[in-house]
Amino acid sequence: MVPIYYYVALPAVLFTLGALGVLIRRNAIIIFMSVELMLNAANLAFVAFARLHGGLSGQIFVFFVMAVAAAEVAVGLALIVKIFETKHSIDIDQLNMMKG
Amino acid sequence: MSVDLVVFIGLALVAILSALGMLFSRNAIYSALYLIFNFSTVAVFYLLLTAPFIALAQITVYAGAIMVLFLFVIMLLGAEQTGRTPPTWWMQPLALSLAGILILEALYIIFTHRTSFPALRAAVGDLGNPLQIGELLFSNYLLAFEAIALLLLVAVIGAIFLSRHQRVR
Repeated sequence: MVPIYYYVALPAVLFTLGALGVLIRRNAIIIFMSVELMLNAANLAFVAFARLHGGLSGQIFVFFVMAVAAAEVAVGLALIVKIFETKHSIDIDQLNMMKG
Repeated sequence: MSVDLVVFIGLALVAILSALGMLFSRNAIYSALYLIFNFSTVAVFYLLLTAPFIALAQITVYAGAIMVLFLFVIMLLGAEQTGRTPPTWWMQPLALSLAGILILEALYIIFTHRTSFPALRAAVGDLGNPLQIGELLFSNYLLAFEAIALLLLVAVIGAIFLSRHQRVR
C-alpha cells in the first residue's frame, strides 16, 4: 500500500508544471492546456484525500470540477477562435489592444 | 519495495514526463497528444485510488471530449508551429528555476511531514462505484448538481453565440 503522501506530492509537482506552462509558453492554446493540467492535479489531490477519509465527497467534487472544466474549455476555445479571426495570430504577446 | 510502490513510481514518472513533453514540445499537436497521455495516466491513478467512476469519467470527458476539442481548434487555426523564443532572454530561465525551487520545496515539506498523514485503511467494499456517487449526487449535492446543469447550459449558449457569423452589412 503506497502511503497517501505520495499521492499528494505528485499533484503538487503536476500543478507546478502547469503553472510553469502558463508562464513560459506564448501560444494561447498551450496556455489553456496548462490550465487543464493544473485542474487535473487538483482533481488528483481531491481523489487522494477522498480515499484517505473513506468518504465520497472528494470524488463528487472532482465530478463538478470536470463539468466546470468542460464548460470553460468550450467557451474559452470559442473565444480563441474569435480572437484568431481578428488578429490572425494566437501569440499572446500580440494581444495588447487594451494596453493603456 | 512493494509492487504497489513500483507501479506508482513508474506511473508517476510517465505522468511527469508527459507533462514536461506537453510543456516543451514545439508542435501544438504533439503537446495535445502528450496531454492526452497524461490524462490517461491520471485516470489509472484514479483506479488505484478506488475511484472507478471518476477514472472513466476522466477518460470520457477529459481525454475524449476536451482534448478532441483542443485538437479540432489547433487544426482549425493552423497553430501547429509557433515561435518559442521569448522577447526577453531572462524570462524562460527565471521561470524554470523558480518552478524547480517550488517543486523542491513542496516535495521537501511533504516528505518531512509525512508522519502527520494518517495511515491508509483498506477500502470499504465498493467505494466509488456509480451507485454511491449517484446517491450522494442526488441527495446531499442536489443544489450543486442543478447549478452545474445551469452552468453547462450557459456554456453552450455562450459558445454558440461566440461562434456565429457576423452578417456583412
